[in-house]
Amino acid sequence: MSFHYTSAVDLADGIATGEYSAREVTTAFLDRIAETDGELNAFLLVDTAGALATADAIDAARADGEALGPLAGVPVAVKDVLATRGLTTTCGSRMLEDWVPTYDATVTARLREAGAVIVGKTNMDEFAMGSSTENSAFGPTRNPWDTQRIPGGSSGGSAVAVAARQTPLSLGTDTGGSIRQPAAMCGVVGVKPTYGGVSRYGLVALASSLDQVGPFATTVTDAALLHSVIGGHDPRDSTSIDAAVPPVLRAARHADIRGVRVGVVKQLTGDGFQPAVRGLFQQALDALAAAGAEIVEVDCPHFEYALAAYYLILPSECSSNLAKFDSVRYGLRVGDDGSRSVEQVMSMTREAGFGPEVKRRIMLGTYALSSGYYDAYYGQAQKVRTLIARDFADAFHDADVLATPTAPTTAFPLGEKVDDPLSMYLQDIATIPANLAGVPAMSVPIGQDESGLPVGLQFMAPAMKDERLYNAGAALEALIGWESRP
Amino acid sequence: MGVPAMSYEQAVADFDPVLGLEVHVELNTETKMFCGCPTTFGGQPNSQVCPVCLGMPGSLPVVNAVAVESAIRIGLALNCSIAPWSRFARKNYFYPDMPKNYQISQYDEPICVDGYLDVEVDGQTYRIDIERAHMEEDTGKSLHMGGATGRIHGADYSLVDYNRAGIPLIEIVTKPITDTGAKAPEVARAYVTALRDILRGLNVSDVRMEQGSLRCDANVSLRPDREAPFGTRTETKNVNSLRSVERALRFEIERQAQVLRAGGTIVQETRHWHEDTAKTTAGRTKEEAEDYRYFPEPDLAPVAASEEWVEQLRSSLPEPPAQQRARLQQAWGFTDLEMRDVINADALDLIEQTVALGASSAGAKKWWLGELARRSNDSGVPLAQLGIDPKGVARIESLIAEGALNDKMGRQVIDGVLAGEGSPDEVVAVRGLVLVSDDGALIVAVDAAIAQNSDVADKVRSGKVAAVGALVGAVMKATRGQADAGRVRELLLERLGVQ
Repeated sequence: MSFHYTSAVDLADGIATGEYSAREVTTAFLDRIAETDGELNAFLLVDTAGALATADAIDAARADGEALGPLAGVPVAVKDVLATRGLTTTCGSRMLEDWVPTYDATVTARLREAGAVIVGKTNMDEFAMGSSTENSAFGPTRNPWDTQRIPGGSSGGSAVAVAARQTPLSLGTDTGGSIRQPAAMCGVVGVKPTYGGVSRYGLVALASSLDQVGPFATTVTDAALLHSVIGGHDPRDSTSIDAAVPPVLRAARHADIRGVRVGVVKQLTGDGFQPAVRGLFQQALDALAAAGAEIVEVDCPHFEYALAAYYLILPSECSSNLAKFDSVRYGLRVGDDGSRSVEQVMSMTREAGFGPEVKRRIMLGTYALSSGYYDAYYGQAQKVRTLIARDFADAFHDADVLATPTAPTTAFPLGEKVDDPLSMYLQDIATIPANLAGVPAMSVPIGQDESGLPVGLQFMAPAMKDERLYNAGAALEALIGWESRP
Repeated sequence: MGVPAMSYEQAVADFDPVLGLEVHVELNTETKMFCGCPTTFGGQPNSQVCPVCLGMPGSLPVVNAVAVESAIRIGLALNCSIAPWSRFARKNYFYPDMPKNYQISQYDEPICVDGYLDVEVDGQTYRIDIERAHMEEDTGKSLHMGGATGRIHGADYSLVDYNRAGIPLIEIVTKPITDTGAKAPEVARAYVTALRDILRGLNVSDVRMEQGSLRCDANVSLRPDREAPFGTRTETKNVNSLRSVERALRFEIERQAQVLRAGGTIVQETRHWHEDTAKTTAGRTKEEAEDYRYFPEPDLAPVAASEEWVEQLRSSLPEPPAQQRARLQQAWGFTDLEMRDVINADALDLIEQTVALGASSAGAKKWWLGELARRSNDSGVPLAQLGIDPKGVARIESLIAEGALNDKMGRQVIDGVLAGEGSPDEVVAVRGLVLVSDDGALIVAVDAAIAQNSDVADKVRSGKVAAVGALVGAVMKATRGQADAGRVRELLLERLGVQ
């Protein structure tokens, strides 16, 4: 039986009611991975045995009349930057090629508690640095809509796994757009929750003040289901917000756009966005307006400086976060032949273990934090961050949600921007502000360009008002009526 | 160096020393600063570790609230202001015993600022200004194997023990300590001593310098006179006792004076104190200040200590040691010299408790500083761990005051208690220590003594009353010490018809 186009919500229901078994469902998706992943390379690890064992346990529990979790028997893929006990967690890097965590990330543990079947670990740009998944040490992931093109990044593997129906759900992480941009390019839904809304414990940090874990799914309601499972307070993450998960599932199921004020960010609609992207974005706004939304224009003057501030804050934090990869306790070790000092071994290991983009950002950050430059770079960037947060506060005075195109372009050919980091960085021009301010944001598919490549629209909402994304997203999804089937 | 050694007196006559003391205090919290691992000393290497204190990928720190409370209490006891809002920062540098290659510390937003501590040296009070007290995590320990010295040079390989990594530390930093002149080393020692006593009174740390739970880095520089700008300083580490604080600074002052007098310049560097040779040697040169690239720790929320909490902690602070001493000295009527002996013997609390149990201050002091101090010195066992407590001493003293024992018997009771024979009353019972107070029994012994020493008796009768001492001795001997010597003397004089 084929389950590939069945939603996660329906799969969970079907398994709970005994319409089909967790093993059947899991086997079907594992088969799909086996058929397609040779070309797509979305997975770095497929845990066939573990997935089937979990599925069998779910089926046994159901047979015994035990209560099942909300994701019981539903396959989920996990970005390889999230710790999974007993499964290698490489972060897309040679540095951690053989690293097997002894603990689960909080989100991984919550997946297991909810009965989810973890099918494997997905490919990504090394340590989540990139917008194309070409920076993976284990080869790029390919876009299922056109396998000569990139899937976006850094969570490209997780986006493709869902787009190609290798799994109904997956987890990604988003530091500056790493969930939303690949979601847009692969024609799926991707959400970056409010900063602090989902635990970061076990997420191998890129930039601690920006990173957030979030769901990929083919529908807004499926994304809400996964969001509600992974969200909520975690005492092991001091930046986690001590509050209930926003009512995202209810919002997705009872979407009503009437009277919702949708703010179009003046700074994120004009030049730099491909005409097809702008055209589809305008059509989506028209549809929302026709359905009763109020479209208003909002001014966020400091968004202009978001990219610059981001590329000071992120490298600064990342230069410190990645210092732990030194060969002493775990991971790669190079040059330890008894003749070299520990400093030499550290240096050789980091030289061999990190790719060029990682080294570039470590150097940028080390420089930005250095004595005499701190105020001009890191300090100034933090001020910009405050101003961007104020822009959001002002904008949410006039609008309930904000809307922008998610990415300036559709998926570009593999290799096109590899040697042009600045052009690559511009991919995140519309997604970075939400990370800097900690507000939640979602990308929803709104159609295809003239070449058939998907385009996404980004909604943003005030902190801890994630349900507004799901309300607007589900309404738009219904209005557009576009189904993602590459 | 080819230059004749300069005497300390000459050094401080020619130069004015400026001190700066950085004291690291390991808190005695049950768990580490940012995780739930135990903090007990001496565990098997790497047995008290978890993903957080090992800096494993994805792990995150969570602040230990008890450590924050201890930090605030320390700040309050040192007369600091407690910041309503303080932050942790990352201090970035690579070192194998530092699991994350950054230390979570506090930088420009410490929890305690602007305090002071008054210390006394030879009757003069010196106010030591405290710049800050901040929280941080300790590092692991590197063990260098295969070499002769245990140092990294010449070692075949190194092992790292992370049990200590993440233990909460408070770093207390003074402002430059000036105008102490020749007394500088003594002032430094008095400061560290006073700090240790305060921390002990707060019960926030074991404060054992030899185990490293209290560590002092001693900075010193010399300048030609008190008006001149500060000279280049050195920082001396490995100062593991109060005595070493004084000695190491004395040595550094002599050494720097000698270098400067010979026309040399002082190199800004870390130096190591060697107890055995009583010298410091050069360590890491700090000519180029290391760039720690501090920035606010993004994994932790700021520490916001509410005014209510701070005031609650302030009201529950114990009496400061200096104040306690002044109060007790007055209550007990001890001279300064006597009080100093009490402090040096570490007997203040013991005497206070003994007095609280009913003993006179003089009686309590007599036992703790006399008989018991002697036994402590002979055995090397600290007074408090000798095996007799204030309750026991108070009981012995009360038996003597009641006339049931004399001093000599009191010492026998101590023998018994220390030998594990039980409480003072049990020892008295088992050993049959009864002061002979029955005149009938004593008169027999008195008469016998007079009969056996008729020449002495005659001398007394003829007016040489002082000679009675020999007869008292004879009676005491005959009663094996269990008689009240005063009563024996009275009876002798009575029987001899004197007075």
